[in-house]
Amino acid sequence: MEQQNEQFEFDFENVKPQIVRQSRDEFQLHMGEFDGPLDLLLYLIRREEANIFDIPIARITDEYLKYISVLEKFDVAVAAEFLVMAATLIEIKSKMLLPAEPGLEDEEEIQDPRQELVDRLLEYQQYKNAAEMLWSRATVEQATFTRGTIESDDNNLEVSATIFDLFEHFQKIMERHKEEVKLEIEREEMTLAEMVASIKAKILKEKRLSVLEIFGQLKTRYELVLAFISILEIVRIESFRLRQKNTFEDIILETV
Amino acid sequence: MASEATAKQRRTTGELVATVEALIFVADEPLTVRMMINVLGEDKETIESALDALQAEYEERESGLQVREIGGGWQISTRTQYHEEIREFLKTRPSAKLSLASLETLSVIAYKQPVTVPEILEIRGVQSASSIKTLLDKRLIVSKGRKETVGRPMQYGTSKDFLIQFGLKDLSELPSIEDFEDLVQ
Repeated sequence: MEQQNEQFEFDFENVKPQIVRQSRDEFQLHMGEFDGPLDLLLYLIRREEANIFDIPIARITDEYLKYISVLEKFDVAVAAEFLVMAATLIEIKSKMLLPAEPGLEDEEEIQDPRQELVDRLLEYQQYKNAAEMLWSRATVEQATFTRGTIESDDNNLEVSATIFDLFEHFQKIMERHKEEVKLEIEREEMTLAEMVASIKAKILKEKRLSVLEIFGQLKTRYELVLAFISILEIVRIESFRLRQKNTFEDIILETV
Repeated sequence: MASEATAKQRRTTGELVATVEALIFVADEPLTVRMMINVLGEDKETIESALDALQAEYEERESGLQVREIGGGWQISTRTQYHEEIREFLKTRPSAKLSLASLETLSVIAYKQPVTVPEILEIRGVQSASSIKTLLDKRLIVSKGRKETVGRPMQYGTSKDFLIQFGLKDLSELPSIEDFEDLVQ
């Protein structure tokens, strides 16, 4: 698949946000290295040298919104996740500004409005760290090698061209011929026997024949069908075989 | 085939170690103990002690190869310290690494499996669709059926290839997720 990357870059306090087009219906937004709102939040907390259990919510919210203002310049679906987090932060901030309800003060513990966010951040951080562990494991693993593959019928593509491969080739060629508009005037139709004989004669002369080439030389739909059946017939009855080096490559018809 | 092997005379310990080595060598994938039992007609304990002996033998003579348990089977591979020379010879470079986003998604799947896309979103706080596609394409994860909940979302888990590519015997070898609780401060 072609990866078409559309990138937009610009400076914002040394952070270069960019939108990388991932697929038709998904954009991914990278601000520096941030992989999402939680990642950005962790970065801000670290940069502010704040304690994760006592996040200075007003300061962090301001910082976060500054980043978001950059994102807003793009009208992108993924930014929605960043906006949800912004809303959450503002909600927490406003809750913290409110005095605790007088009646509740005696209750054992009033839950800190930041609790849920902290839990999420801590959980996210665990997986982020685990991802780093996976990264280093993969690095070590890439330094070991196993023996090369031994040729067996399973992995030897040369002998594994099937009737489906042949059929696929045939369809490709039919497609190509569809586009050519032809006026057929003379109707000198070949018979199956003639086609078989002509292909056989060619192989005996040249030892190997490219299937693509055989089809390529034929002009009418009728001849193509005839050639296709003939090849099947030849392989079935005579001592010829079909070989294909790699999937989707040309198929070779040759003597055994 | 198995019966033919059983019909053979009992092997000496040395012969068994050598046979096991030969089988692991030709196998395309890590060879399971079960497979060795089937082919050799020996019991589990005998095979396992042969494997231990084989592994010790490679260690002792500081071989360039190692015999190890990975992805639920046994494999012979080169030792990591010779990777530079091997790459020089094979003229290969390390293949492209996964992106940070894909690795994060993979770590959530590895620890939480079977896990659905919305559950991954909840932890990462960001859509993971393209990462999941990458991981599926690389066969590191497989779908594990649908979850019987609203919308019946697809569940994902790690594959055998995941174990092999990350050098794990089985999932229990992953360090506990609690070990990653290190705090920012």
